[in-house]
Amino acid sequence: MRDVAIIGIGMTKFGELWEKSFREIGIEAGLRAIEDAKISGDLLDALYVGNMSAGKLIEQEHVSSLILDYSGYSSKHLPAVRVEAASASGGVALYEAYLAVASGMYDFVMVGGAEKMTDVGDAEANRELCSTADNEWESIFGATYASLFAMLARRHMYEYGTTEEQMAHVAVKNHKFASKNPVAHFKNTLTVEQVLTSSPVATPIKTLDCAPVSDGAAAVVLCPWDHARKFCDTPIKIAGVGLATDTIALHSRRDICTMDAVVRASSKAYHMARIGPKEVNLAEVHDCYTIAEIVEIEDLRLVKKGEGGKATAEGQTDIGGKVVVNPSGGLKGRGQPPGAVGIAQVVEIVQQLRGEAKERQVPGANVGITLNIGGTGATAFVSILKREN
Amino acid sequence: MQIPRFWRQIPNRYNLIGVQCENCKKVYFPPRIVCPDCHRLSIGKMKQYKLSDKGVVHSYTVIYEPAEGFENQVPYIMAIIQLEDGPRITAQIVDCNPEEVKIGSRVEMVFRRLGEDGKAGIIYYGYKFALVKTQT
Amino acid sequence: MVGIVSYGGYVPRYRITPAEIGAVWGIDGKSYGESLGVKAKSVPGADEDTITIAVAAARNALKRVSINPKDIGAIYCGSESHPYAVKPTATVVAEAIGATPDLTAADYEFACKAGTAGIQTCMGLVKSGMIKYGLAIGSDTSQGAPGDPLEYTASAGGAALLIGNEKVVAEINRTYSFTTDTPDFWRREGQMYPSHGGRFTGEPAYFRHVLTCAKKLMEMQGTKPEDYQYAIFHQPNGRFPRRAGKMLGFKDEQINQGLLTPYIGNTYSGAVMLGLCSVLDVAKPGDRILAVAFGSGAGSDGFDITVTDEIQNFKRENAPLIRHYIENAVEVNYAIYTKLKHQIILREE
Repeated sequence: MRDVAIIGIGMTKFGELWEKSFREIGIEAGLRAIEDAKISGDLLDALYVGNMSAGKLIEQEHVSSLILDYSGYSSKHLPAVRVEAASASGGVALYEAYLAVASGMYDFVMVGGAEKMTDVGDAEANRELCSTADNEWESIFGATYASLFAMLARRHMYEYGTTEEQMAHVAVKNHKFASKNPVAHFKNTLTVEQVLTSSPVATPIKTLDCAPVSDGAAAVVLCPWDHARKFCDTPIKIAGVGLATDTIALHSRRDICTMDAVVRASSKAYHMARIGPKEVNLAEVHDCYTIAEIVEIEDLRLVKKGEGGKATAEGQTDIGGKVVVNPSGGLKGRGQPPGAVGIAQVVEIVQQLRGEAKERQVPGANVGITLNIGGTGATAFVSILKREN
Repeated sequence: MQIPRFWRQIPNRYNLIGVQCENCKKVYFPPRIVCPDCHRLSIGKMKQYKLSDKGVVHSYTVIYEPAEGFENQVPYIMAIIQLEDGPRITAQIVDCNPEEVKIGSRVEMVFRRLGEDGKAGIIYYGYKFALVKTQT
Repeated sequence: MVGIVSYGGYVPRYRITPAEIGAVWGIDGKSYGESLGVKAKSVPGADEDTITIAVAAARNALKRVSINPKDIGAIYCGSESHPYAVKPTATVVAEAIGATPDLTAADYEFACKAGTAGIQTCMGLVKSGMIKYGLAIGSDTSQGAPGDPLEYTASAGGAALLIGNEKVVAEINRTYSFTTDTPDFWRREGQMYPSHGGRFTGEPAYFRHVLTCAKKLMEMQGTKPEDYQYAIFHQPNGRFPRRAGKMLGFKDEQINQGLLTPYIGNTYSGAVMLGLCSVLDVAKPGDRILAVAFGSGAGSDGFDITVTDEIQNFKRENAPLIRHYIENAVEVNYAIYTKLKHQIILREE
């Protein structure tokens, strides 16, 4: 297996992109990544696209061919693959692309993630998110996506004493970062008080504990590490990856407060990267709800199990803390286009490791980790990215 | 929902019919074709098993932004219930105020409407849960 | 010996008072309720209907005996509020209690006496040896048009009687029905709410049928009112059954245990059967019970019943008593009532 580098990154703004269609945002992110990689698109061997629900949300299946076509490469007849793993679609697409380059099958691969949520109303968008849980045994009984995380939150509060205020700190921190991120869905900052007094969605989750539904796309260009310096001054190495799964239904998990898939995927990635959680400077995690960030930083072993809320409230996950979590603003602040999330997390870490994150730059960023989950943690993709000087 | 999809689960949704692995005796709900512990050894040995209709609340939430079809029930209580026979399931808790529900509350199955395919379509029935109250 | 092998009742938890209803229409509901002899009526939860109530009652009946549900050869569900115009309530009940597939099942409709008609059918099938057990259910989520006098009483509830000839806790000595074509109350196909003949529902309908049925049945049995510990008459309100009882020579003490309308309203097909459940909750061996149902349209089913020694071995405690449902109630206001009844028009998704 060969080492793999990221030599180009690109993304659209995340948010309500009323004027732009699915194919337009997909192409925009891809072209930016090509431009950033300073390579000719003719070099590409394959395209991987992560997408959750184009079939339902824009009534368009077969988006791999669609994106390739509108990128202008239909005459090259390149292989193009669409990957679906709920909101982990982007991460899993990256995993597949990584394997293809590492194995020697391809040299240059474009991996994108894209989702167009706002062509349908909120009700339909939420129904799509619900369908990533176990439709037959959770959703049909009236469970919403938020309600599943709410039950996880309630149990976490019961087992570890996590509080609603600690959860609110996740939202406050991530909005603060988002306010400094030009591509973020939200520009406003929040106070703990505002989060706590926002209207209930599924107790204890309130409106301001929830990530928004957003449109957006992100893309990265991969190539073998040995070629990377030819194209890029600061290639970022994919030092470790891990992909793991768990029961589709939250209720069937060994412990509803622990995402075993996250534990497993991160163990694999740490092992492959030959580092431990202590060496991680910054993390992009899947904060679809504030409780998710708390549980995930525990299960990535960035903090002790049960102390995610406390660590957040103490500023341990902010600049100057132990590990900076979601410097992009996360799903909560930067936005949540499900298929694009996993790739956008990588885009952020690459920017940070290159030292190009401007106002939200994490000082001394050398090792970053991303965590992209599908459903309530039934799929988890972890990548560890390193700057090699 | 498509009619056959609901129809084939009627025994499970009406009466908590799950399966038991005859190899390790573990009970599963909803039914599984293969035992996640015994794998190959369980093939052909997953037998129908009627679960006890009692359990305790493992976690719960009060939903204010409803799933489609539940608009008229807002606010409603969803719970993960630990059944006596082992499996946990997700179901609504009805006939009580949210304040009455606690983690650890004892509940038992009741038979209620789960939803309908619009005003002209099929009505779906199945399990929900209610708090067990001391009877007078 | 044909009779009741087990029984189970169910009443939804919510209640609304006449005062609360009257306030909406600008009348003194409290006084109106008093004139009807109704303190509150039961209201089904948003996810309850005639089918769920029938299942709850049937399951309660089965909890009290250890019979194999597969031995139930017939299920009849009587209601005037079946959720489907076409597709039986009885098949859902059969599946929910594990009685399928070797049985016959059907829905009955005869206003408030559809459930007792099911008892008679089951008796015939058991007596003839065609089935081992039959389950007769009366269950309703009855409708009264908003603002109509019916709105103060039309409620929800149901009862299930398991009929057989082994381990009978109450023997049905005889049943007799009195039937005529009397259009006192009806609901045309496609109409949301029933219509009625106002005061015509009284003398020519309720009283003529109930009184004639009771008198003829007692004549056939050679009994007098004082031979009965309990009498249950159909109870569209709290007054009619008392008046009917008085006219026949029954005293309030015989009527009280089986008269539930004052607390839960008129449960239509469930009414007399729930009253009978309430009596069986307290009855002792040898107690004699007269039960007379009335269904508009019109007819009365009368039952002369004697409680057996078997009731001493009977596990009443395995399911909630009727008293439990009466006491375990929550009052709602008219706004919540309309929400529970799905009368608030929601946005269509």
